[in-house]
Amino acid sequence: MASLGNSAVSSPTAQSLYRRRRRGNGILLSLSFAATIFGLAWLFLILAALLWQGFSGLSPAIFTEMTPPPGEGGGLLNAIVGSLIMTVAGVVIGTPIGILAGTYMAEYGRHNQLSNVVRFINDILLAAPSIVIGLFVYEVVVAPMGHFSAFAGSIALAILVIPVVVRTTEDMLNLVPNTLREASAALGLPRSVMIRKVAYRAAMSGIVTGVLLAIARVSGETAPLLFTALNNQFWSTDPNAPMSSLPVTIFQFALSPYPEWQKLAWTGALLITVAVLALNIVARTFLSPRTSK
Amino acid sequence: MMQTAVAPNALPEKISIKNLKFFYGENLALKSINLPLYEKKVTAFIGPSGCGKSTLLRVLNRMYDLYPKQHAEGEVLFDGGNILAPGQDLNLLRARIGMVFQKPTPFPMSIYDNIAFGIRLYENLSRSEMDERVEAALTRGALWNEVKDKLNSSGLSLSGGQQQRLCIARSIAVRPEVVLFDEPCSALDPISTSKIEELIDELTADYTIAIVTHNMQQAARVSDYTAFMYLGELIEFDETSKIFTAPGDKRTQDYITGRFG
Repeated sequence: MASLGNSAVSSPTAQSLYRRRRRGNGILLSLSFAATIFGLAWLFLILAALLWQGFSGLSPAIFTEMTPPPGEGGGLLNAIVGSLIMTVAGVVIGTPIGILAGTYMAEYGRHNQLSNVVRFINDILLAAPSIVIGLFVYEVVVAPMGHFSAFAGSIALAILVIPVVVRTTEDMLNLVPNTLREASAALGLPRSVMIRKVAYRAAMSGIVTGVLLAIARVSGETAPLLFTALNNQFWSTDPNAPMSSLPVTIFQFALSPYPEWQKLAWTGALLITVAVLALNIVARTFLSPRTSK
Repeated sequence: MMQTAVAPNALPEKISIKNLKFFYGENLALKSINLPLYEKKVTAFIGPSGCGKSTLLRVLNRMYDLYPKQHAEGEVLFDGGNILAPGQDLNLLRARIGMVFQKPTPFPMSIYDNIAFGIRLYENLSRSEMDERVEAALTRGALWNEVKDKLNSSGLSLSGGQQQRLCIARSIAVRPEVVLFDEPCSALDPISTSKIEELIDELTADYTIAIVTHNMQQAARVSDYTAFMYLGELIEFDETSKIFTAPGDKRTQDYITGRFG
């Protein structure tokens, strides 16, 4: 169709307006593109530095030997195992509480005042600096017990897990269409059955993602562990004793003047980053295939 | 206003609505409705948007109870008992009065489980008995031939019309006495619509049915009785043939001839 001759789009004003918009579009597009590159560049620099410094330190010894005294070679076994134990314990304690609270807010107390108050406090907790949580657990658990312990560390991590899980559980249940709740009620299903068999099923991938992201978040936390689980140079799985963890070990070793320790800190940082990256990728694949309904 | 139902040949009333008022907060949405639903007949509620027909339907299984700030006054007698009375067990009530919604709402589980789910709640059946019940319900829902080879695939994988028939099968699988349809075809194509209309027709053999519809041809096709509602009031209730050929009220006539609505 070549005869657009006298349509409004071909008038001189329209042409100049159109050119202006195209220019504006071009400028905004380049700015957003530049900002994206700028943001991503740092991520890649961090990953590159970690790989560069940490990869050369990777060896079987990392996974089989304990953290060494200054000046000797060693590994990170006690720190890796300590991190795993405390993260798992924190998630095991925090997830049920988070899911139940989120369920209450989304299913039972959607319009009541208690939910609003809890939601507000939860948002504060979500944004609270983790060192504050570390200090709180120090006051409440460590001080009365009289010593640092893996138990206290797990509680601190659980307190970090709870708000993330509360939030995602509530959000994901709110995404479950009300028509499904009505359809369940119309069959004569009690609300508890509806929640367990219908709402959880519909929100499952989202809730699992929330838990995975919570794990990713706490597995890199240093501050809450500094005042609670402290650190341990030696192998320990005693929940009542101080326990080593990767983040605290990295913190301590990176600040030290000993090159062997610094090397181990880089390797530890690489391990955590890869683990968190992997968790995030798993969380993403969990969320992607079934959200489109 | 003619509100007292002209009980044509003294049919048994499965549900009798008496002086029903309904409130959304302070807002009066139904103004003193009196209406019978005759046993094993189809009653259609028609009227322009916002006239209260869906609201009325949702009183009959007390669906409004899910939401705070909504309440009903008056009486709805179901086999003689007032379902609006306090202490009414809502889950039992809703197992006896099923409902099918405007949008198909299959549960996020397999086709088989969609049907078996409601049954399991009230009955303890063996695997083979359950298989029979599921097959019977799907056959009744005119869906069996289309899904018999994929009972384990998700209910969400079906087309819209199939999903709606699945929902109907699910409702009747728990063996209710009354089935409420809230614009069941408004999201469906004409072929699915005609299948569902045929289905409703067959269901009258066993069930008392109330259907809300925007589509007057549909009301004329599927129902035995029609209630015309306007602005929260029941304007006219009579046999469908009478409403559509010789309506008693000017507003009914204007509505069915398409002058408003």
